[in-house]
Amino acid sequence: MAFLTDISLGQYYPGDSFVHRLDPRTKLLSILCFMTALLISFEPIVLIGFSILTLVIIASSQLPLALVLRNVRPFIWLFFLTIFVHVFLTPGRLLYTMPLMSLKITYEGLTLGLIYSVRLVLLILLAALLTLTTSPIELTDALERMLSPLKRFKVPTHEVVMMLTLSLRFIPTLLEEAQRLKNAQVSRGASFEGNVVQRIRSIVPLILPLFISAFRRADDLALAMDSRCYTGGEGRTSFRKLVFKSADYLVLLAVLTSLMLLIIF
Amino acid sequence: MDNYLHLKHLCFKYTGIGASTQDVLNNITLSLGVNECVAIIGQSGSGKTTLIQHFTGLLKPSSGYVFYGDQDIWAKSFRKSVLRKKIGLVFQFPETQLFEESVAKDIAFGPKNMGLQQVDIEQRVVEAMQAMELDPALFRNRSPFHLSEGEKRRVAIAGVLAMQPDMLVFDEPTAGLDPKSVQRFAMIVRRLVEAGKAIVIVSHSMDFVAEVADRVIALHAGKLVYDGNPCDFFADIKRLRDIGLERPSLLEALDTWHRPVPPFLQGVISFQEFQNKIKKFAHFHEL
Repeated sequence: MAFLTDISLGQYYPGDSFVHRLDPRTKLLSILCFMTALLISFEPIVLIGFSILTLVIIASSQLPLALVLRNVRPFIWLFFLTIFVHVFLTPGRLLYTMPLMSLKITYEGLTLGLIYSVRLVLLILLAALLTLTTSPIELTDALERMLSPLKRFKVPTHEVVMMLTLSLRFIPTLLEEAQRLKNAQVSRGASFEGNVVQRIRSIVPLILPLFISAFRRADDLALAMDSRCYTGGEGRTSFRKLVFKSADYLVLLAVLTSLMLLIIF
Repeated sequence: MDNYLHLKHLCFKYTGIGASTQDVLNNITLSLGVNECVAIIGQSGSGKTTLIQHFTGLLKPSSGYVFYGDQDIWAKSFRKSVLRKKIGLVFQFPETQLFEESVAKDIAFGPKNMGLQQVDIEQRVVEAMQAMELDPALFRNRSPFHLSEGEKRRVAIAGVLAMQPDMLVFDEPTAGLDPKSVQRFAMIVRRLVEAGKAIVIVSHSMDFVAEVADRVIALHAGKLVYDGNPCDFFADIKRLRDIGLERPSLLEALDTWHRPVPPFLQGVISFQEFQNKIKKFAHFHEL
């Protein structure tokens, strides 16, 4: 269960770079635009452009490159699967036939497989960059502000966003707990190897205590919030006000115009 | 029995990006396994919990060796499951690891994993429950989730005890227990030592350490700063202050009451010994 320690989902890496200082709303909007652009275009040239852009963002965020790239690791099998499926199942110009299973590799398949994987890598990297450079509090502030128009339709935006923050906050805690429980059960002779049935069965001594402690934590948290007079969103002000600076306007302008251009052409 | 667990020049640091480059453990050499009660003490963050996880190969040292007998436990041919039967680890707040529907089933989890016969498992469960002062007739069919926190902890410890390891390692066994349960636990530890087990206890409570330990191992910032008998350790006030530890309250009290300490109380650090000495003294002088 090595992946337990590899996951850096939603991790924040404090810093004071240009990217860190941008308004979280700018970052969130830009990422949304990037993702839309990535998903609507099939041109290799666009993908190359985005790869360069991603590298530029990484460089200007002053994050260690390895830290950013590590986010891709848990998805490596997904890339293999993507490439595999596309390479062998897309009809088109024949490049090579596998000798044993008469599997056909086509030119179209190869390009499509590559395009889809590069897309996935870029999507993951961009999402990782957002959370790495934006603290959860900033992120949820931004979300709440951006979703606030929905309040008119009686959508409990504040509550939804708060739930999101809490789940982000507890991911590392639960992972740590899982690691601790795993150590404890291994010390009692539990084994997490073997065939599928054995593995599923071996997960019970891990999952059950984990659920119990998660529920207890939730209870404690609710009590703590209650005793600090938490009442929800109405009339609640925040300590830090989000203010757009000139850099934010510039970035947003650039992002939106490029998205427009991409859609038009 | 001789010492059979040897740590040699063991260093450990966490790997990965963003991890501190400082050693969590720095050049630790020590031997364990004799029939005695060893206390591992040190401030929070001194590396105590990290150290005990090396005993059964849950963590791999960045450099240095762990030997079980004369075998390197990280050698390819070594099966760690053997080690984990011989050395029982009881983690902090072990009550959180309970998961079965009844106390007896939970305690049987370890022995069952060892592949024992049902009859043997049954016997071990009963023995472990008795050792932990849990009456089998009362507790065996109850759900572990409906017990008090102290009882839960005893069930969890019984679960490790039922595997009948030669060495038992406890991480903060008295944290969060009421004074009576702490006393009860001290009794249990003493009985385990009498039964021939090697006991290792990681603790913050100097009173508890003074009460049960035959040997003290002190860690400070990942380094081993003392390995020897508890009396000498608690006598050196300067070192204690340097590594951020307190003296047992009995010693503090004796200092305030009478200085220097009367000869017949010299070297006494545990309340139990203190009581015995006082009784003897009173008896001798017909007080």
